[in-house]
Amino acid sequence: MSKLSQLYQQVILDHSRKPRNFGELKPCTHSCEGYNPLCGDQITVYLNLDENNIVEEIKFDGIGCTISQASASMMTQILKGKTKEEAEKIFQEFQQMLVSDLDINNQQNSLGKLTIFSGVKEYPSRVKCATLAWHTMNSALQSKNKVSTEI
Amino acid sequence: MQIPMPLKNKLAKALDINSIRLDFPILSQKVNDLPLVYLDNAATTQKPIKVINRITEYLSFQNSTVRRGAYSLSEKSTALFNEARQKVAKFINAKQNSEIVFTKGCTEAINLIANSYGGSVFKPNDEIIITAMEHHANIVPWQLICEKTQAKLKIAPINELGELNLIELEKLINPKTRFLSLCHISNVLGTINPLKKIIDLAHKHKIPVLIDGSQAAPHELIDVQDLDCDFYAFSGHKVYATTGIGVLYGKLKHLEQMPPYQAGGDMIEKVSFEKTTYAAPPSKFEAGTPPIMEVIALGEALDYITNLGLENIKAYEHSLLKYAENQLAKLVPEVTIIGQATEKASLISFVIDSIHPHDIGTILDQEFGVAVRVGHHCAQPLMNILKVPATARASFAFYNTKEEIDILIKGLKRVIEIFKY
Repeated sequence: MSKLSQLYQQVILDHSRKPRNFGELKPCTHSCEGYNPLCGDQITVYLNLDENNIVEEIKFDGIGCTISQASASMMTQILKGKTKEEAEKIFQEFQQMLVSDLDINNQQNSLGKLTIFSGVKEYPSRVKCATLAWHTMNSALQSKNKVSTEI
Repeated sequence: MQIPMPLKNKLAKALDINSIRLDFPILSQKVNDLPLVYLDNAATTQKPIKVINRITEYLSFQNSTVRRGAYSLSEKSTALFNEARQKVAKFINAKQNSEIVFTKGCTEAINLIANSYGGSVFKPNDEIIITAMEHHANIVPWQLICEKTQAKLKIAPINELGELNLIELEKLINPKTRFLSLCHISNVLGTINPLKKIIDLAHKHKIPVLIDGSQAAPHELIDVQDLDCDFYAFSGHKVYATTGIGVLYGKLKHLEQMPPYQAGGDMIEKVSFEKTTYAAPPSKFEAGTPPIMEVIALGEALDYITNLGLENIKAYEHSLLKYAENQLAKLVPEVTIIGQATEKASLISFVIDSIHPHDIGTILDQEFGVAVRVGHHCAQPLMNILKVPATARASFAFYNTKEEIDILIKGLKRVIEIFKY
């Protein structure tokens, strides 16, 4: 598979064309607006955590490129039903896969389908597209209501 | 390859683009195993070998400080430095060399005026006008100085073609208006503003005008005396010289009145701990050792484009623009061109239905070797007005060819094929 088709795999194109869990979630227990000032992408992530801190419901809306929309869409799928701690752990691993040295093939991880984004690592200018939704989700969990990729 | 010129401009001579391309070493390289198609000239231009060689020569044999060394090397360096200032003055037809202040870029030039002129003149409730098509560099310095002086920032709107609405601009002017700052050419829309008309209007109301010329200097014949602008700013790296150097032209009467912007060596007349008096312009605004190499390289770059002839450059680039517009028109309805001004420079912003510019950029680069700019082009307020989060932008220089535009179009067809649904 070429570097480029590794980036734009069918699953990613599909999620970006038909993002899952897209839309507003109100009321919700946690939400945050994320912004990438370099490309103008904007996303809001909404979460409902139950009394046991389990993600009961998660949605997102906003505008962005193929990578950022697909990443947000797949994030909502994987996080539903996870605990807050689990969500934070997956966020850490997702980030490590793209910016540091998590070897997805040889190191244990809970990324599952999300490893499809590993090809983004080859495109430094696109890493923030893939991580925007995750940073936003993480900030929502920390009860912040705004986050930017450039801070 | 001889390119026929449009009939409109009978004075223009055809440029020999093939031989011009050989002057730019970077253009013959490959990226991603593909010949580089560099269409991001509005961001920065490539450097001709003459400029590169001039830098090597200066650093190898002439490097020394200016204005102070009592030795031959420094005297030579000072002479070269002064000669470059003279070239810049001639390039924009300034009345005298002392009206040319070197800065580190166009951004610093605008900050200098906002702080020094604005900081000493603006009073609470004064009004400063900029336009809706400005780059952040011509917005934020005014916001900062307005905050400090409690002056108010007013925005002149644009019409649906992306042209400045002159009627609305005139309505904004009132006895409280103290300053007007606008771009010569918009970096997003390509619109060429009718500067003479606007400057005349402002001067009727005794309002000084600053022109952000960063997009115009590489493409337009600039005559600051004919324009009668009070200030004109541009960047070296957009006129085939290096980063780290910019030019601020200011009418001497203003520069003489204005307080220093930064303090240090070179900008003083006499210093004691009780009182310091300042040097005359331009030195007053050039504290510290200047970017000597960059200044000399700028002079060389201006020589290079002056030899090609700005009229010839403009005519050729216009033919590229028209060709690109015609080719892009074939991709309608998927492609929409943003900015349809009657007077337009050689850049095209566009969006493709439901496809994010970032994805366009990656495909063009990876599969076609085409470098375009994607994003908000440091003009977020304009993006909001246009109701697009971002655009893709192809901007042309005289070394670009119709064949390269064909590659761009081929790339865009592929983008549509991959992402369209």
